[in-house]
Amino acid sequence: MKTTITVNGQTHSLDLDTRTTLLDALRETLNLKGSKKGCDHGQCGACTVLVNGVRINSCLSLAAMHDGDAVTTIEGIGGVENLHAMQQAFLANDAFQCGYCTPGQICSAVGMLQEAADGWPSQATDDLEALIALTDPEIRERMSGNICRCSAYTQILAAIRDVAGAVA
Amino acid sequence: MKPFTYERATDVASAVKAVAGTPGAKFLAGGTNLLDLMKLEIEVPTHLVDIHRLPLSAIEATADGGLRIGGMITNSHIAADAKVRSAYPVLVQAILSGGSGQLRNKATAGGNLMQRTRCAYFYDTAKPCNKRIPGSGCAAMEGLNRNSAIFGASDQCIATHPSDMAVALVALNAKVETVGANGATRTQSVADLHRLPGNTPQIETDLAVGELITAVILPPPPVGGQVYRKARDRASYAGGLACVAVAGGNVALGAVAHKPWRADKLEAALASGASGTEAAAAELAGANAHGKNAFKIALVGRLIGAALDDANTRSKS
Repeated sequence: MKTTITVNGQTHSLDLDTRTTLLDALRETLNLKGSKKGCDHGQCGACTVLVNGVRINSCLSLAAMHDGDAVTTIEGIGGVENLHAMQQAFLANDAFQCGYCTPGQICSAVGMLQEAADGWPSQATDDLEALIALTDPEIRERMSGNICRCSAYTQILAAIRDVAGAVA
Repeated sequence: MKPFTYERATDVASAVKAVAGTPGAKFLAGGTNLLDLMKLEIEVPTHLVDIHRLPLSAIEATADGGLRIGGMITNSHIAADAKVRSAYPVLVQAILSGGSGQLRNKATAGGNLMQRTRCAYFYDTAKPCNKRIPGSGCAAMEGLNRNSAIFGASDQCIATHPSDMAVALVALNAKVETVGANGATRTQSVADLHRLPGNTPQIETDLAVGELITAVILPPPPVGGQVYRKARDRASYAGGLACVAVAGGNVALGAVAHKPWRADKLEAALASGASGTEAAAAELAGANAHGKNAFKIALVGRLIGAALDDANTRSKS
């Protein structure tokens, strides 16, 4: 299936087996190995990327569904020479051990902050019509789609709180 | 995944025609449930018609004071909509209690209604399941049935419907608008969309092959408080063990039946002046346990009481 996708600012014209997920296209076709395949069923969040700025599980989407979309992976969020504020905060807070879930955690956190800035409520939001305050319960709830088997949750929360506080 | 062909739909009429006219074809909307099941080869469509870019993503006011929600709008966008948040908080709470942020950003209104059960035996292809392979048996009946139905089950199937959103829609008397293979549009209540299992648990909705959900239509909100309560094994990103949606005098239950369960007997008891406890007991008199899910009967009773109190408090505030 012919599909044109822009990934981290670079446009690619692909011709893929219809079964190719967005995750497999990123990892196997475009050789961007930052996005991780954890469960491959949308349960762990390790494959989280931003599509047109919105976070999704790239394992539960076909590449063919993204014709014309702009995808941002962890490689596009920032690299060694130009770390994103969220990447710096994860380093400063020691917010990982094995690191396998980290690209998904960071992409998810970046997408999550935008959702909160846009006023999207969560299950932890008491007043559905008030502005969103990113309290710890709000951050935890909004990040529940990203599992960390090393259980670095306390530090992940601290890292996101630092960035959220700097933005607010 | 088994091989399949794929096309991008350009309009509703051609999408409906493509699915109705191609044996084994299915609509692909957000894909969060369908692709999961395709990887497990539980769903094996021969052809996918990608409808996620059809122009069905608006939320519009209706002439009678309700809302028309396009079938392809994402769960996240419904929950974030200012009109929905102010008039239908039970719907927002129900949607936000389902899945994760990433899943809600992809899952659509129509797809949420069409998602399939999370019964462990439906997913386990080494076990019999009348829903997956009609006539093969039901491993849940004597198995790990902690999350199985307590209302409306049959000796063929005790699976539950997993949607939270649909439970709130039933409590709100919402309707679903569909377009069929003949091009005709029809609307029916969400309460009538899903079926009880009976002898055909593989047939889950009233929709014909190729019939496409184009919108969910909300009537004006009922007078009174609204709340959605969900009991589950962890605080977030887990399916419900029991759910209760209250919208004024309307009550629907989730995770207890093959479809969102409208609590008619409870509503009638409340309307005739019964207490919440008495009304819950009237509904639960019709419940049946299958072993490991017996705890659900007491759980639902308590959850109804808590939800009614909460809705009552909210209606006064």
